[in-house]
This record gives sequence, C-alpha cells and structure tokens, in this order.
Amino acid sequence: MKILVAVKRVIDYNVQIRVKEDKTGVVTDNVKMSTNPPDDNAIEEAVKIKEAGKATEVIAVSVGEEKSQETVRKALAVGADKGILVKTDGILEPLAVSKLLQKIVEKEKPDLVFMGKQAIDDDCNQTGQMLSALLNWPQATFASKIEIKDKKLEVTREIDEGLETIEIAIPAIVTCDLRLNEPRYASLPNIMKAKKKPIEQINASDLGVDTSPRIEHIKVEEPPKRKAGIKVSSVAELVQKLKNEAKVI
Amino acid sequence: MSVLLIAEHNNQDLKPFTLNAVTAAAQMGEDLHAIIIGQNCGDAAKKLSELPLVKKVIQVEAAHYENFVAENFAPVIIKLADAYSHIVCSANTFGKNLMPRIAASLDTSQVSDIIKVISPDTFLRPIYAGNAFATVKSKDTKKCVTIRPTSFDPCESSGGSASIEKVEPNEEFNNTKFVRREEIKSDRPELGTARVVVSGGRGMQSGDNFKLITSLADKLNAAIGASRAAVDAGYIGNDHQVGQTGKVVVPDLYIAVGISGAIQHLAGMKESKVIVAINKDGEAPIFSVADYGLEADLFEAVPQFLDELNKLNTIQK
Repeated sequence: MKILVAVKRVIDYNVQIRVKEDKTGVVTDNVKMSTNPPDDNAIEEAVKIKEAGKATEVIAVSVGEEKSQETVRKALAVGADKGILVKTDGILEPLAVSKLLQKIVEKEKPDLVFMGKQAIDDDCNQTGQMLSALLNWPQATFASKIEIKDKKLEVTREIDEGLETIEIAIPAIVTCDLRLNEPRYASLPNIMKAKKKPIEQINASDLGVDTSPRIEHIKVEEPPKRKAGIKVSSVAELVQKLKNEAKVI
Repeated sequence: MSVLLIAEHNNQDLKPFTLNAVTAAAQMGEDLHAIIIGQNCGDAAKKLSELPLVKKVIQVEAAHYENFVAENFAPVIIKLADAYSHIVCSANTFGKNLMPRIAASLDTSQVSDIIKVISPDTFLRPIYAGNAFATVKSKDTKKCVTIRPTSFDPCESSGGSASIEKVEPNEEFNNTKFVRREEIKSDRPELGTARVVVSGGRGMQSGDNFKLITSLADKLNAAIGASRAAVDAGYIGNDHQVGQTGKVVVPDLYIAVGISGAIQHLAGMKESKVIVAINKDGEAPIFSVADYGLEADLFEAVPQFLDELNKLNTIQK
C-alpha cells in the first residue's frame, strides 16, 4: 500500500503574525516557517502505518514556492521515502491545490492520501474534502484514530457532538486532527539521511490545471483590539465588578 | 437567483446554530430556501418552514441520509445547485466536512468561516486563527460560503409558513459507511452556546483539580472549557477544548483559570463579551485580553470566588 501525504509550509504556529502596513497580507519576510501542525500528524500516521508493515511507501508532496522543499525535506527526515514539490508562484487557493494534487494522485496512484485537517494560515479547511470530491473517493475528515482493516479503514472523527466512527473503502482521503498521534522529532542522522532522499520537482504550470485565483483579497487588517482591561486586587473586588459594573453575574 | 441554506439537524430538531446560519444566508439574497436532508426528519423540516426568513423548504429523505455522511449529501445539493446563487452552511464540523465537497464539484472556490456579509459577493473572514481579518470578494458565479455561527444572531424562529417541497433522494455512496456516534451527554449548557464558560488550563495541575472548575461552573450554570495544554495533559476530554483547534466560544462571561493564553487559545475566546483571567503569572498573555485580571494562586482564588458567589446568592439560570 502506498500513502501520499500532503504537507504545507506555513508561518510557525508560535509566531505572532503581523499585518502588512499596505493591508495586502501578513508579513512573511524573515518570519520562521514550519510545517502546518496537523500535516505533521498526517506524516506521523503514514510513517507509523509503514512501520507496522501495512504500507510499503510514503510519499510527501507539497504545493508551493521553491522553499516548500524544506517542508518536504522535513517529512523525509521523519520517515517519508520520497518527496514531490509542485512548484507555484505564491500561495494558491485550496481548489487549485486540490486540482494539482489530483494530478499527482493520478500519476502516483496511492491507496491513501493523508493531510492535516486545516492549514493554520488561511484556516480554510477545504483541500482534503475537495480532493476527495474531485477523485470521487470517500473522505474521513478530522481523524483522531485510524485502523486499517483489510481494504477498509475504520476512522474515528472528532465532531462537535463528540466522536463519530465511519468505515471507508480504500482508496480514500483522510484529514488528520492534532489528537491523532504525537509527531516525532527528526533525529540528526535521519536529517542527514533525508538529504539523500529524492525530491521530484514539478512545475504546477506543466500539470494543465487552471490555478488562477477566484477570490480577490481586498484587504487584510488587524482585528479590532480589545479595550485594555484592569487588574483587580482581590476576589471580592472581582465579584463586585462582575456584578455591578459588567453585570454578568 | 435564490440562496440555499443547508440546515443542520438531528432528524428530530434543528441544531440551534441553523438559526444563526439562516440570518447570515438571508443577508446574501432575499429569496432564501432551506434544504433539510435526513431520515424521518419531518418535524425538523416543519420547524425550518416556520422560520420567517425562509421562503421555501426542500426536504430530502432516505435511510442513507440518517447520519449526515457528506458523500451522500453533496450530490443532492449539486443536483439542485443550478437554481442558486449562494450555497450556505455553518462552519462547524458538519458544514466543514460537507461544503468543500460541494464546492469542488461545482468548480467553485469556497469562502470559509465568514464572520460578516459585506455584500452578496464580499465577506469578512478571520485568518491566522483570528489574528488578522481578510475582506474577500468571490469572483465565482456561484458562491459556496460557510459562516461562523457565533458571529451572527439567531433568526426569528416562529411565525413563518414556507412551503415544504419533497425531492427524490440520490443513490447511496457505497464506499463510506457510518458506524457509530458517541455523543457526550451533559446536563450543562453546551460549550458552543453557553452564556458563561469557565475554563481551566495547565495551571490546574491535575484532572482531579478540575473539580474546582466544575464547582465554579455549577455555581454559574456555565459550560466547562479547557486550554489545549490541559487537554493534552489529560486533565479533561478534548470535547472541552476552546481554541483554534477546538471550539470557538463567544459567551457573555468567559473565566480563564490557570490559562496562560497561547495564541491558539485566544483565537477561541477573545470575542467573548467579558473576560476574566485568574493566573499567578502577572505577565501571562491572557491578561492582555482580560477585562478583569486577578493575579493570584487559583487554588486560593477559586474557593474564595465560590464563597463570594454564595454570599451573593445569585445563581444564574
């Protein structure tokens, strides 16, 4: 079984982002970039499945600028076998990314495609579901547990009401929740080894997909600031304020 | 052209946030239709028809719709999509799972999780976990939009009498089968809709200590929340998690106890009307969003808080 894992390069989750003065976006120059956190869970799960002898190959793919190669390289360092970079100018909308991934799926013919449930930059939460629509494959989103049962997967999904379990036939798409597993760190020897693993580079423009944006970003702004609050000196004062000033208790 | 709202329900009743989604959808166009897909969902369909903003209800029933599998739902919407300028749904796990499947099939770039309708094609949406707001304009002829329910008020729930049209179901998608759902039952208000939320963080130090949070929540008739750190440490189940990767809450009163205020937590609660922070670290980022900050040891402050509330004897119902 072959697992394709899609990974995205995003601003590191610990970075306090800043909006550009001209309101065209957020500042990305000289900002620490990392793998989108739930994509790390997706890679980890694929590698675990391979280690358990249930998969033969894990391929990491990223769609993005040249530098997204670092993100693919990191996936190789934690156990992916080979990498693919679909090179684009700038960041694409999830619809375009899913169309490009569809081309990669048609080429690589994986049995499973894993990715994070959502990217923490645009917060769209679309690509996995869109890819499964384009392929007409089953989808298991927000996965917190995956069990392989012959040609099927039993997946537990995190939903608003609690947990839901579904059974999906392979080939299938799974989008991973942060609680699926604990991603490992790459060891130094594995980072060195990863440098020798192949990364195939493909130009998005060669895949015959219309990736032109359909959504115009008119402006990006800072959210309205909360008014500065006060510090109270005692619980009694807090309760009085909540009762008499804020009137919420 | 009309706007189509996909109702979220449990076959008996509408989910409360459907009313918020109706409010948002009605701002995108005047002729609002609502579709309910399920099994034996006649009562919920009737409730949908009573919402004054809804002009027509479409009801689709089959056994394979009972458990809201997106692979079964999407083709129903796609078949009807020609008549609509907008397809709208809540950005909760139901809508997040379903809408992109519809959008991709219609070759439409979805606009996710909007918090404001600026015009029928222009929307405000948070990005980077709410650390920036983007104003976006959809250039697609058809718009697929998910809305953040807590950013819109619920619509009027009675007085309407829309017609209910039944539509034939599509065939079942055989490669996805529902197995089971484990709903977390609680007598407390639901975290997503509670008027008061009391949350604990890593500062609670153990699951056992969460009893303090529970007693405070009991006293205030509040839902119980938690930071990701507390969930990851195993103090409490992840259905309580507030934040970018958990639930986004907008209560009248949010009390953060022993929570430092990581960016990802703030994203889930900073729109609350009044925020209280209790933390012994005076430099904790949570104080930057708190209306009332108390720098104190929570193990002393929370019992005192309970005492003070008992003195007031104002049990909120």
